[in-house]
Amino acid sequence: MRAALTRLGAAFTAGLWRLGYASRFFGYLLLHSGTAFRRFRLTLREIYFAGVLSLIIILVSGLFVGMVLALQGYETLQRYGSSEALGILVALSLVRELGPVVAGLLFASRAGSAITAEIGLMKATEQLSAMEMMAVDPVARVVAPRFWGGVISMPLLAALFSAMGIFGGYLVGVVLIGVDEGAFWSQMQAAVDVRNDILNGVIKSAVFGVAVTLIAVFEGYDAPPTAEGVSGATTRTVVTSSLAILALDFVLTALMFTGGNAK
Amino acid sequence: MADSTIAEIEDLTFAYDRRPVLHGIRLSIPRGKVVAIMGQSGCGKTTLLRIIAATLLPSSGRARVFGQVTGELDRDGLYALRRRMGMLFQFGALFTDMSVFDNVAFQMREHTDLSEDTIRDLVLMKLEAVGLRGAAQRMPGELSGGMARRVALARAIALDPQLILYDEPFTGLDPIALGVIARLVRQLNDSLGATSVIVTHDVAETLPLVDYVYFMADGRVVAQGTPADVHRSGVAFVEQFVRGEIDGPVPFHYPAAGYAADLGLAQAS
Repeated sequence: MRAALTRLGAAFTAGLWRLGYASRFFGYLLLHSGTAFRRFRLTLREIYFAGVLSLIIILVSGLFVGMVLALQGYETLQRYGSSEALGILVALSLVRELGPVVAGLLFASRAGSAITAEIGLMKATEQLSAMEMMAVDPVARVVAPRFWGGVISMPLLAALFSAMGIFGGYLVGVVLIGVDEGAFWSQMQAAVDVRNDILNGVIKSAVFGVAVTLIAVFEGYDAPPTAEGVSGATTRTVVTSSLAILALDFVLTALMFTGGNAK
Repeated sequence: MADSTIAEIEDLTFAYDRRPVLHGIRLSIPRGKVVAIMGQSGCGKTTLLRIIAATLLPSSGRARVFGQVTGELDRDGLYALRRRMGMLFQFGALFTDMSVFDNVAFQMREHTDLSEDTIRDLVLMKLEAVGLRGAAQRMPGELSGGMARRVALARAIALDPQLILYDEPFTGLDPIALGVIARLVRQLNDSLGATSVIVTHDVAETLPLVDYVYFMADGRVVAQGTPADVHRSGVAFVEQFVRGEIDGPVPFHYPAAGYAADLGLAQAS
């Protein structure tokens, strides 16, 4: 019993210590982000790797999620004679929730894992030590551009996911099932509010972008410099990021949309 | 510290967490010389090299490099110190997302305001010095181990450092590549007017090349002198190490319980 408590306590303090270390790392990263903006070419390259190369998975997933939403939504709405509200259902589901959350989860598994593996391997092959030896700060030169590249990419990917999802909903709802096109678009336009729905969705995706990319760069930078260490860090990035997205989504939703009314 | 000394270590101890690695080290690196630090794997020689490079700081004692005590320097001070050094890592540590040319140009672009035309000329000169000007546009993944090490050497000397550090420069190389690297170490040291420190356990290639040798065992310096002195040192560990004998002060067998007892033969008889 005592041994179990000791192990539990040790695990808790180790976790707390790591959280503190990650916070200090985040502070240091923000303080040394100047290079990422002064030499924006470095960040642009990371936007390409984290953002542009994630486009296929984001767009295809968005299309299918929108199509499924339309099928499921129509099935329920037509029972109450409200099938014209399909556009509202698809759009609100996507811009408020599914766009930021699913795009975040996909971003964590596609770009987050790649960022962790790349930084972890750079550490394992002494590339970061070599940079340090050349009087070049690896956090400023390697980590910060990847962090800001991810942070900038994530809201754009979420927006594209939602747009593609709405298009998928249109294809299934209007083209396939035959919901009135005018009602589909006009009701959507009337019900979706720029500030309360779209802006809140953008804020969510930006917060998820910071969380996922911070976890990815930290796990890579902190990875033990072995094959097993990098593999473990990559797995931790996907698991921790996914849990962080879901937990943050609950907190943000509670803050933004309470009692069915947007704040 | 005299002007004739580039680096000086005084009564240095170092521990990773609570595991002591170096004990009471004293050594000095004379200006313009090629100095080797030799010993078995795990004896602490790479740690010592990293202390000279100021990427690790002593637990106690002092490391003085270019007249500055490394433990008293802040981050900017340490970076300023490292700009006067170049380091060749054990497996090159080339940036895998950059071409050979960009690897060598990296420090020039980071630390100078030179034009791209000037950088191009300088990079080609550095690559010519290691015989790889023709491989400038290749990626690190397309190079053999020996070529990668030569590119890393060109990168290490990109800004004409005063102190060049080599971490196991001969490991994993074929005899031709090994001979090339050994010749380059000496040539570059003399042509750049630099000082070199080589951490290695390769006796045959190193002793003919260097001016002075420190032998380390169990985190301590056990012998030192010119290569000629080393052969006459009379220290049992050095004799075993230089001759490559399998048994001696460093035993062949890792400490273990009695062999017969482990096999259960003692009870049977």
